[in-house]
Amino acid sequence: MTRPVGLSDLPIWRRLQPVVSLILVATVIGIPLWLVVVTAGKSQGEALSPDLSLPTEWHLLDNLRQVWTDADVPVAFFGSLLVVLPTVAGVLTFGSMASWVLARRATRLNAILYALGISGIILPPAVVTVVLLLRQLGLAGSAIGMIGVYMGIYISTVIFFVTGFVRTIPTALEEAAQIDGASPFTVFRRVVLPLLRPVLATATILICLYVWNDVFYAFFVIGGRLDTLPLNLFRVASAGLYLNNWHLIFAYVILMSLPLVVVFAIAQRKIISGITGGAVK
Amino acid sequence: MSTAVHPPVPDRLSPRPPSVQTRRRTNRSINRRTHPTWFLIPAFAVLLVFFFLPTLFNFIYAFTDWSGFKAAINPVGFDNFVELSSNGTLFRALRITLVYAALVAVFQNLFGFGLAVLLERDTWLNRVARIFFLVPVLMSALAVGYIFQALLKPTGGLNEMLGSVVGHPFDYAWLGDTTWSIVVVALIHSWKWMGLSMLIYLAGLKTIPEDVLEAAKIDGASRWRTFWTIRSPLLAPAVTFNVATALLGSMNGFDVVQATTGGGPARTTEILNIFIYRTFGQGLFAQATTMSLVLFLLVALMAFPVIYLLRKREEIL
Repeated sequence: MTRPVGLSDLPIWRRLQPVVSLILVATVIGIPLWLVVVTAGKSQGEALSPDLSLPTEWHLLDNLRQVWTDADVPVAFFGSLLVVLPTVAGVLTFGSMASWVLARRATRLNAILYALGISGIILPPAVVTVVLLLRQLGLAGSAIGMIGVYMGIYISTVIFFVTGFVRTIPTALEEAAQIDGASPFTVFRRVVLPLLRPVLATATILICLYVWNDVFYAFFVIGGRLDTLPLNLFRVASAGLYLNNWHLIFAYVILMSLPLVVVFAIAQRKIISGITGGAVK
Repeated sequence: MSTAVHPPVPDRLSPRPPSVQTRRRTNRSINRRTHPTWFLIPAFAVLLVFFFLPTLFNFIYAFTDWSGFKAAINPVGFDNFVELSSNGTLFRALRITLVYAALVAVFQNLFGFGLAVLLERDTWLNRVARIFFLVPVLMSALAVGYIFQALLKPTGGLNEMLGSVVGHPFDYAWLGDTTWSIVVVALIHSWKWMGLSMLIYLAGLKTIPEDVLEAAKIDGASRWRTFWTIRSPLLAPAVTFNVATALLGSMNGFDVVQATTGGGPARTTEILNIFIYRTFGQGLFAQATTMSLVLFLLVALMAFPVIYLLRKREEIL
């Protein structure tokens, strides 16, 4: 596995590299995470001015429990799930259907449609007027409206990743199914969709990450009417009730980050290869 | 799809082969049946209603007096633009957004690239280190903002450590400096996303073929020379992707700035989205829409070359 040439082959560097890496992890990542854990473990008085010292007495579980009940975490958690799951299912289904046709039918119209389809990766959504539109559609403040907005924003990501991927799959498999008399829908469901699994996994991870952590779009569309975890964190951190209650803010941060960190810890190898496989070839 | 490309082979036994054009046409009609157009409809309906229509509305409502204080909406021409540019808000927010985006693009890529080179070899230690650098990517940007707000307080953890290093108390307000806070916030944004850049650079480093590197070695190239003249240029696609996403992502940024400075001190870190959020909260919908349109135009202007590059790269693949 050794590379013939590379910076990493210098003998001194081989010795130094692990030390440098360890120091970097400990300072750059370790200190901020340490701050979260020790502050979340402190009592209110100790946490008033957050520092890196250990709590004199650990209150981590008490603080987690207090946040859980006082800040309505379960409600916000289900609000987040209610928005994230349909969004991801919707963009993956609709996005891959469109991508398949866009990749296989190389007409000029489709080239234009593809360009329009991926434009949302880059162009910022119109956050203010979308509120007006939702009001006109009678979807203002509703979960359906929020799901629609997220789908409109992130379907571009799916189209970009999946179209590129479909182009690398040989058409022979599809043709075999077509000759056997399969309808386009059957070909898509039985032949194409299973082949898309790796790229759909990548898209799922990225979109879950974006939607689960989003607060900006949620603020405009559902602010105040439906709670999601980031929206709730934002509210409790800016509200008088939690002002400078750093122990509760960081207890919330731990609760909120845990689901994604657990998912990541279980599937980290797949996730890493998924993210990198899609971006650079 | 490639069947139409082959030139017709002259053969006395077969009748005149169909011209390339008819074959392409039949091919296309077969394609239309096997890959029906209606598959495009759900995706583009969603895009139309929830993405393009609001964008179109942006171009309309930026020229009205839409607000939360009255029901009627009347056209007012360029009044919003005139007002926002005459009091300096427009150009200040634009300048701050561009500075922020440029800083994030530079920092995030420097950090990501540095980490990728540092953690390139597949040892177990490096694998674990990579996972640690990915934790901020998973966290909510809002949470990251609060962490650094606490860490960078005048009495916070960083000053405490610096104080113990230099020997006397240190109380610099990292997030309260009208000149340098924008740089600090850009560093925090880069800290959150550098793990993703690192992954993409790592993937780029791994795609470089061994034989190219071997050839360079045989030709007597030094390690530094190999690194800068062979490996770095071959990372071009990774650089394109990383710079584009960092630049455009930070122009559309909000959470990190909101959670650290909220646009302050003295509105020196008020990027466009912070302005939009603030004015929207005040009920000044037309001003918020106008800035939203400005952001759209700014990104669109910078995005055309980017889309071109991304598509170009796909054609090569």
